[in-house]
Parts: sequence; structure tokens; C-alpha cells
Amino acid sequence: MRALPFFVVLLLGVIAFAAPQFPALTGRVVDDAHILTPATVQSLDQMLADYERGTSNQIVVVTILSLHGNSIEDYGYQLGRTWQIGQKDKNNGALLIVSPHERKVRIEVGYGLEPALTDAASSEIVNGIILPAFRNGHMEQGIVDGVRAMIDLLGGKSTSAIHDTRQVEQLSGLQLALIVLFIFGFIWFAIRHPMIAMLMLSNSSMRFGSSGSANSGGGFSGGGGSFGGGGASGSW
Amino acid sequence: MSRTVWIIIALTAIGLFIFSGVNTIPRLDEQVNASWAEVQNQYQRRMDLIPNLVETVKGYANFEQKTLTDVITARASATKVTLNTDQLSDPEAVKKFEAAQGNVSSALSRLMVVVEKYPDLKANQNFLALQSQLEGTENRITVARRDYIGTVQQYNTTVRTFPGMIWGGIYGAKPKAIFVATEGADKPPAVKF
Repeated sequence: MRALPFFVVLLLGVIAFAAPQFPALTGRVVDDAHILTPATVQSLDQMLADYERGTSNQIVVVTILSLHGNSIEDYGYQLGRTWQIGQKDKNNGALLIVSPHERKVRIEVGYGLEPALTDAASSEIVNGIILPAFRNGHMEQGIVDGVRAMIDLLGGKSTSAIHDTRQVEQLSGLQLALIVLFIFGFIWFAIRHPMIAMLMLSNSSMRFGSSGSANSGGGFSGGGGSFGGGGASGSW
Repeated sequence: MSRTVWIIIALTAIGLFIFSGVNTIPRLDEQVNASWAEVQNQYQRRMDLIPNLVETVKGYANFEQKTLTDVITARASATKVTLNTDQLSDPEAVKKFEAAQGNVSSALSRLMVVVEKYPDLKANQNFLALQSQLEGTENRITVARRDYIGTVQQYNTTVRTFPGMIWGGIYGAKPKAIFVATEGADKPPAVKF
């Protein structure tokens, strides 16, 4: 029972700050706010699928009902991370997010596309192409033209990211000696108090046992890309 | 008999424990360092944008000199305060870095408020591009800081709890300092029109 407080602390550590509620990734065009006609959804989907085939860049269009009180910047990068848009090794994903009821729009750019689809360029697309159409009530046109501008800007080439983590260092002799010492100490302890030792071990395996969560999206799914807040937003 | 069985079980379990735990702290430490590097990158990016911004704004007749000077001064003193990964366990050093960057943030947001009074400037393409870059950078800073806080929390929890604290003792790992939430630090960029 000595291990119980540790366990409680571990559980608390797992609870990170709560992420907003996200719609399901049902395709390359997720029209939760129902502002697009089926034909437009179809043609956008086709355009984006073709684009990914040529470049491996993943672009997803999403219209949402509500940001649930989040700013669109907060919502955007977390949505991109949750859906894992973009290829894992390239982080080459981008989102066009529209929240029609809150009159907010944002282009969210994955790490790998930031050099091509810069903040300034995203801002130009939002303010120069999407918002004027939205202000005139042409939601569909704004979205389609916006996506087209994103694709034009990114061009045919795929951009590669430079996000890698370094390897951990080797153990020193002293560290190894201490580890061995610890092992023997633990064996001795385990012989004396087998039940407590087992409890501690089961506790530690809870901690280190990692679980990967598969991402299924009915024919389309994110490739494992990540986002860091690049892009631009606007409202109308 | 039963004692032998226990020893075998214990040995196997310990073997697993060792292999699973030995790299945890170095791995988490590297994650903290990587996320810190990202925070620094983004702050540096903001620093790099400032001279351009100042140059563009300065061109406008009778622009309030005080706000510009504040931005330049804050930037100059922030470049002197660096924080490398060894200092992340030192709350004082982290606080100093925070304060310096906080000064830059507030000087910049004051500048952006003053810009409101200059319609010509707000229509300048160059300025608009810089403004969107600055907004994007502020947003990236927010994200990078949040990621950093996340990795530090994970690291600290591991170092302070069993079995990580044993490894922590072996490695001499110290808990790292988390950013104190400064004014506006967790809010989205405030440099909007």
C-alpha cells in the first residue's frame, strides 16, 4: 500500500490541460457547419486528394459549428495535432478552418509548410481572397478560392521539415555501478517483501507501458504531422 | 521452492523495469531541451522582426518616438539575457529571461496600439506583412511555451515520483522551472486591429 500515493500522483500527472472538443475527421473536407453543397465538397475533396498524391502535402478544409469559447488560434493548432494532418516525417499539413457562426477563419500551417506558406502569405490569402468573398455572402467561393490560393502558393514541391530529436547519451561507469547496486538492493528487498515489490513493479509498468492510438478516418487519415501555431486568422 | 520462484519472478520483473526505466529521464530531458529550443527559436524570430518593424514605422512623420524607443530598448536588453538548457533548473535565471521577454511583449503591444492612430501606416503593405508575421510569431511563442510547460511537467513528475526519483538520483536530475504565468502569457496574440 506504500505505492498508493505515488500512483495517485502519476494519475494527476496524466491529466493535462483539457483540449477542446473536435469534430471527427471524416474526410479531406469536414463540413460540420453545413455551408458547402455536396458538389463542392466532392470537387474540393478531389482537388485535395490529387494534390496530396502529387506532393504528399495534406490540406484539410473544416467548417465548425463552434469554437467552444476557444480562440481560433488555440483551436487550430490543437485540431491539427489531434488529426495529425501532414506526413509524420515532414509535418506538411495545413488546415483551412471556418467557423461561420463566430465569423472567424484561419489558415493553420504545419511546421513543415511554414517556410512556404508563411504567416504573411496566409494573411494575404485570408484578408485578400477569403474575407472579401465571405463579406459578400459567398462562403463557398471564398473557401474554394482560398484553398486554390493555398495550393498555388505551396506549389508542386513538397517541403521537408527539420524537426529531429537527438539521441540520449551512453551511461557512464559510475551510473552502471549504481544501477547494478540498485538491482541487487531491490532483489534483496523483493525476497524480504515480495508483495510490496510486486506492487511497486506493477505501478512502474503502468507508467512505462506506452500505448499508441490509431487514427482511423474512413479512407482518409492524418499522416502524423504536427503544428506549432503558424498561419493567420481573420474575421468578418 | 516458493522462494526460488519468487526470486525468478523478481529477477524477470526487475530486468523489465531496468530496461523500461533507464532511458526515461534522459529521454524526457531531451524533450524538455527540444521544446525549450523551440521557445527560444520563436523568441529569436520575434527579435529578428523588430528592426524591420521599427524601420517601417519610423518612416511615418511624427510617429510617437517614445513607443519606438521603448521597443528598441526592450529588445536590446532582452538580447543580453540568454538562457541555455543547463539553466532551466534555476528558477531565478528563468524568471530573468521571462521578465526581459515580457518587456518586449508589452513594448510591442503598446506600439501596436499607437499604430491605430496612423491610418496611412495601417494601409502600408510592408507594415501589414510585418504585422501578420508578428502575430504569427506571438502565436507560435504561445504554443511553444505551452509545449515546454507540458514537457517540463512530465519531466518533473517523473523526477519526483517512484521509480523515476531513483533514476533521478542516479543521474543527478533536478526538477526544472516552469514559467510563471505572466500577464497575457497564456492568451492569444493581442496585436490585432
